[in-house]
Amino acid sequence: MTHAIGHEHHDSGTQTTLGFWLYLMTDCILFATAFATYAVLFRNTAGGVSGKDIFDLNYVLVETAALLLSSITYGFAMIGAHAGKRSVVMGWLVATFLFGALFIGMELNEFHHLISEGNGPGASAFLSAFFGLVGLHGLHVSAGLVWMGVLMAEALKTGLTGRLMTRLSCLSLFWHFLDIVWICVFTIVYLKGAM
Amino acid sequence: MSQSHDKSAAHGSVQSYLTGFVLSVVLTALPFWMVINGSLTHKATLYGIVVFAVVQIVVHLKYFLHLDFTDKGRLNTLSFLFTTMVIVLLIGLSVWIITTADQLMMR
Repeated sequence: MTHAIGHEHHDSGTQTTLGFWLYLMTDCILFATAFATYAVLFRNTAGGVSGKDIFDLNYVLVETAALLLSSITYGFAMIGAHAGKRSVVMGWLVATFLFGALFIGMELNEFHHLISEGNGPGASAFLSAFFGLVGLHGLHVSAGLVWMGVLMAEALKTGLTGRLMTRLSCLSLFWHFLDIVWICVFTIVYLKGAM
Repeated sequence: MSQSHDKSAAHGSVQSYLTGFVLSVVLTALPFWMVINGSLTHKATLYGIVVFAVVQIVVHLKYFLHLDFTDKGRLNTLSFLFTTMVIVLLIGLSVWIITTADQLMMR
């Protein structure tokens, strides 16, 4: 009996994560439109700065490392969750949150630096596309951080329930998906731009 | 026994996450090094960073998102492949249309 209920619940959780995966596929297309916009506009610098002038690859490398580390710490949180160890989950989620927050902090600092030097999103089509694309990714990561905070509060309140496991699995897909988008961002925008 | 094996395959183990992580570190370090060092030709560097990015995306899909062709994972993988096709069409055709239009305007 309990097995049957558990099984049923597992099935509905699988359906939820599949549905969330399909949402992520539409999100892929949203990012693709931002990449397409960047690809057709990045040469139009309106006499202003180009990627070569403003990108600091060492800085971007640290951002990339923070995001990659947050991916593996989230993976360890999921392993802890499947083992049913709440304190392990909480520890790794806190680590993931801190790496994610470091990434967003560095991105905001980069944006602030650019805008204060007169290279804001209104300065050229290149900068509009750059702020749009990188900002879209940053907004997703920020939303992921808020979501992570909510799930940590839920884990403290209710423990690792089946419902929370489904939610953690969805955030896992979201978080790893954003790391894949970042691979495209640092390759197309930063590395290609700095060449 | 086989069920617990399926489970660890779907969720990943410490070892599979570490494998994915180490591969990702290498696949990130190499393209950054290629561009910062700048000793290769422009064309070789461009091809290099794109190839490293594609390989790293596959590594993430396999080790972090656990995409596979098992009965349980097939639907996720197929929907991803379909989306990939849409993305290639969307970006490829946009770039083609705009660059062609630019060339026509320059004439």
